Amino acid sequence: MRKLACEHFQIRRTPTPTKRSEGGGERGWSIIFHSQNLHFEYVRYNESEENTLALSDVNIHINQGEFVAILGHNGSGKSTLARHLNALLAPTSGTLWVQGMDTEDPNNTWPIRQMAGMVFQNPDNQLVATIVEEDVAFGPENLGVPSAEIRQRVDNALQTVRMSEYAQSSPHQLSGGQKQRIAIAGILAMGPDCIVLDEPTAMLDPSGRQEVMDTILQLNNEKHITVILITHFMEEAVKAKRVIVMDKGAVVMDGIPREIFKQVDKMKDLGLDVPSATGLANVLRKRGIPIQEDVLTDEEFIQSILNHVKEYHDSKN
Amino acid sequence: MTAKIEIENLSHIYDEKTPFARVALDDINFSIQTGEFLGVIGHTGSGKSTFIQHLNGLLKPTSGRILLDGHDIHSDKSLLKSVRQRIGLVFQYPEHQLFESTIYGDVAFGPTNMDLSADEVDARVKDALQLVGLSEDVYEKSPFELSGGQKRRAAIAGVLAMKPEVLILDEPTAGLDPVGKDAILNQIAEMHKVVGNTIILVSHNMEDVSRLADRIVVMAKSKIILSGIPTEVFSQPERLTAVGLAAPPIATLMDLLRKKGLNLPSGIFTIETAADALEGIIG
Amino acid sequence: MARIVIGQYYPAPSVIHRLDARVKLVGTMFFIVTLFIAGTWAGYGVAALALAGVIYLSKVPPMFMFRGLRAMLFILIFTASLNLFLTPGEVVLVEFFFIRVTLEGVSHAGQIALRLIILIVGSTVMTLTTTPIQLTDAIETLLNPFKKLRIPVHEIAMMMTIALRFIPTLMEEVDKIMKAQMARGADFDTGGLIKRAKSLIPLLIPLFVSAFRRADELAQAMDARCYRGDVNRTKMKIMRFAPRDFLASGILIIYGAILIFIGRMG
Repeated sequence: MRKLACEHFQIRRTPTPTKRSEGGGERGWSIIFHSQNLHFEYVRYNESEENTLALSDVNIHINQGEFVAILGHNGSGKSTLARHLNALLAPTSGTLWVQGMDTEDPNNTWPIRQMAGMVFQNPDNQLVATIVEEDVAFGPENLGVPSAEIRQRVDNALQTVRMSEYAQSSPHQLSGGQKQRIAIAGILAMGPDCIVLDEPTAMLDPSGRQEVMDTILQLNNEKHITVILITHFMEEAVKAKRVIVMDKGAVVMDGIPREIFKQVDKMKDLGLDVPSATGLANVLRKRGIPIQEDVLTDEEFIQSILNHVKEYHDSKN
Repeated sequence: MTAKIEIENLSHIYDEKTPFARVALDDINFSIQTGEFLGVIGHTGSGKSTFIQHLNGLLKPTSGRILLDGHDIHSDKSLLKSVRQRIGLVFQYPEHQLFESTIYGDVAFGPTNMDLSADEVDARVKDALQLVGLSEDVYEKSPFELSGGQKRRAAIAGVLAMKPEVLILDEPTAGLDPVGKDAILNQIAEMHKVVGNTIILVSHNMEDVSRLADRIVVMAKSKIILSGIPTEVFSQPERLTAVGLAAPPIATLMDLLRKKGLNLPSGIFTIETAADALEGIIG
Repeated sequence: MARIVIGQYYPAPSVIHRLDARVKLVGTMFFIVTLFIAGTWAGYGVAALALAGVIYLSKVPPMFMFRGLRAMLFILIFTASLNLFLTPGEVVLVEFFFIRVTLEGVSHAGQIALRLIILIVGSTVMTLTTTPIQLTDAIETLLNPFKKLRIPVHEIAMMMTIALRFIPTLMEEVDKIMKAQMARGADFDTGGLIKRAKSLIPLLIPLFVSAFRRADELAQAMDARCYRGDVNRTKMKIMRFAPRDFLASGILIIYGAILIFIGRMG
């Protein structure tokens, strides 16, 4: 246990997937998360003494490099799932493998957490140090990375989230969006393959949300880091490459954003919003105006409307 | 309509006469009418939080006056207590201020501080909880047993129980999911209809405000930069984007369609009205 | 919020700021000890001169140095007057009922006051030129030998860091909760002791609830970032003595020798 983190660093440079694979072995390193019949119950101590089923029969495959948004209203189980992804919680039954490592095996805990970093909702409650760069260094320090390398990783991570000029600032002087970017930098400095973000924008104002979303997109596009974004803002989910919708602890929808959001009524039933262009298109179709149903953006909506207007005029003439 | 609150030349400087001095409000002049539903929109740091904390006397102006029904609220120190009770302020994340062991007890805190009779307190607590849509079975529950949305409503009831003539809500939907958000906003709209009190809703979400407010004030850089009925305010998208705000998504979409030559009326910012207008043109 | 300043760090590009925090910490303690050795006006004079030199080098406006005195003014006057009135002596200056001021008393009181002023200003120089985190690091490294005695030095330092990190956050929280309860008619300023103590309940309970919630979330975040105490941990910043630190240590030793010499002479 003692030297585990350091050894792990060397192992990761030359991965030997076949050796450790159980769950996702046949597809090698391309699968990052793989779960089989994942169940989780919260034990409650209230008068009813009923355990709450927070996850029920979750089977997911997430590949390296994906950008997955997990949508769901409060209490749908999305945060519980997130906490399984980096071994903060262990399943009641079923199994979850992270890069082939079973999250239930205590020997895997630290390698999993290093590899799948986690950013939480409240920007104030996840920064440890009184100076920004010291905070970013916290993760690699815990992993036993040599000092000179930590310095380099911290500088790179701050540069990636565009916060280099705040390296010497104190966290309480920063805005919410800036604090979340520091939290992301703190994870980046640990050299993860994947970042799990649990409602990172829920407590931010619109410009803070924009900053964080831009950073997340950049990590996925440029650094090819797998991103799992838990959110209830559909504007954010639209930017993902894949959307998983959860309800009552189960995965109820899984697909590309366009396919998910065009099911407007189903989304509303689940207590979720759809982009306003998609919502408007849906209402118009219900009123018998045959415009494209899977519009996601304003531009697509306008194009669809203009096409329709053109046809309408052509048919009139 | 008569003016409920008049704000005259209000300025506020934090840490005046220190190296950290910062202007938060810069010569604000504005009046709020009796019974209106006012939306206040602005970015973090625009001065909107400082502004509302002046309205019930929690902050003292560096210069300028605030008149409630024509009386300067700082003219007499003993007035302040009654001012705070006549102008109720619900802070952001109000559920963090719950402290009693039961919901009933917590809601009773405000009216009890007003030295009312026990019967009157009881009646007000029950009224307030009913107004926010919480039923009798939560009375004896601990705040920890409620869901996030329920806690928030209980906290709002804590202010409502003081029967304020003006109710100020600072970001009442922050951190809630779409269902919880709609529930709170509908409850506020319903309450405004039933009680007819003056409401000031502070938010950075244009959509929420546009749905409810009769009039909107936009704050930026310590000043009021725009005010008027929603249609007027949202018809100036450039001025909004210049201060980092955006018109509601549907208003923006309609604006883009207008630019493509579609003849759409102004003042559309809900899906329903947009669908009506589009149906009229191409249906 | 700019209003909340932890400690009193005053940023400036000075050689004193750049000194190793360990040198400053040990140096300040050494300086305080020398004040008790130097029992003469000449000794205090040298100490004051040395301090003035350090203040000059620190580039911090002197008015900041004396701010710390304001809080200590009462103790200063109290100690000085005790010595003024209660020192027995031969040359009586004033006699009034049972009060008797002697020349020795005046001299003694003056020395005590001077010693206290130098002491307070001396430690203020350290806190003004050293960030809390540098101090924590210095304490951790200086206490390192005690790890062998199973004293949890790392944990103590980590607790200090987290406390420093959360003081401003919790101060803001206090302000917010107070205002929210005042908006509901709470009154924190009037009434007797019992009433005032009672009025704090609506402030303290939400504050504790929030502090526990924060602690819980922070623990989870630290867990997620692989924190497991002092196991196999490294540090980004390693404290290293620069030539200026050796120089400063040398000067301190010479200063100490001079004071002892003066003490012996006097």
